[in-house]
Amino acid sequence: MKITRMNFLRVLGGAVLAAGAGKFVKGIGDAAQTPSGVPGAKNFATAGGATGGDRAPKRWGMAIDFGKCGKGCNDCMRACRSAHNVPQIPDANHEIKWIWEEPYEKVFPYQRTDYERQDLVGRPLLVLCNHCADPPCTRVCPTQATWKRDDGIVMMDYHRCIGCRYCVAGCPYGSRSFNWVDPRPYIETMNPQFPTRTKGVVEKCNFCEERLADGLLPACVEACSQKALVFGDLNDENSAVRQALKSRYAMQRTPELGTGPSVFYLT
Amino acid sequence: MRDRALIFAGLFLFVAIVTCPLWWGIAARTSTQGPELKLAEGKTCVAPADYMRASHMQFLIDWRDGKVRQHHSQYTAYNGAHYNVSLTNTCLGQCHGSKKQFCDQCHSYVAISTPSCWDCHQDVSGKTATMATAAVPGRMP
Repeated sequence: MKITRMNFLRVLGGAVLAAGAGKFVKGIGDAAQTPSGVPGAKNFATAGGATGGDRAPKRWGMAIDFGKCGKGCNDCMRACRSAHNVPQIPDANHEIKWIWEEPYEKVFPYQRTDYERQDLVGRPLLVLCNHCADPPCTRVCPTQATWKRDDGIVMMDYHRCIGCRYCVAGCPYGSRSFNWVDPRPYIETMNPQFPTRTKGVVEKCNFCEERLADGLLPACVEACSQKALVFGDLNDENSAVRQALKSRYAMQRTPELGTGPSVFYLT
Repeated sequence: MRDRALIFAGLFLFVAIVTCPLWWGIAARTSTQGPELKLAEGKTCVAPADYMRASHMQFLIDWRDGKVRQHHSQYTAYNGAHYNVSLTNTCLGQCHGSKKQFCDQCHSYVAISTPSCWDCHQDVSGKTATMATAAVPGRMP
């Protein structure tokens, strides 16, 4: 078919009209569907200034004092369990760990010498998620269910977790636990302020991000009667944790891995 | 037309079998009984009722992603009221009572399975007030 000038103009005009009509109809539809009460980004706000806005980003960190900790109490672990509904499952294979104890040799495997300081051998040390500066667990997560927040907390989104356990394999500190069974029957005291987890997701310490948002210290730090746990912003020179690190010899767990743990051990 | 009786009997049987779920529902008084929601008096929802009716799951997903992934713990409603972003403590605790009283009524009426929210989130209305005071406030230095 030969295209005449007139036919070409007709088709062009029709196409322009059709495109315009589509936009017009869509515009009417959008206006009708979004009344003023429909929520959007403007409705959300952050409490506690966790994102910081124009302020320098935080890096939450903790220092555990060897000398004061290890008195045989378990206040911190109990406080954590009741704050976050952490189950106590008797089967060691199914254990869920947020903050727990490991012997010195396992916590610092490369710090050993031929003639060891006797009070350290076999001594239980407190361990928890290190909230690394460069966390390997977040790199291997295929669904971005775990990621590093701008305040240094390595966060979990249980909604996105598909239970692949790559992060469990990626964490060199064993700080992540997988829910092999429904944890609810094993929770001692249920805290309704915090959700439980379900079978099939990975969980770990969250540095009490929900308490930090309310301006509270982490539950373990608050519960420690020996004041062995020091918490604060590692980027703030005047914070309690930086003050402690200034004057004391401190160790990080296997720093040669380059993970940059935010949990320090004061000897 | 000698088979008239047979044909009509067959037709009647067919119609009766096809429509029996309806009769069953009416007899059991389940089809005719809609959800009866008891709403907290003098309270308005976080978004207009029409929007919530049509898009409450989308709304909950926005709340969820905002809280978990963007640290948005506060929500300002269309009418200016402020809410803590929390399924258990705001939605249920402040207004809707429990999952059974609110969510389940419509979900079971229209035979939509309950989403997996409650595998983790707690359905514990009434207990929240006593537990909220249990935390000892120790302000950040």
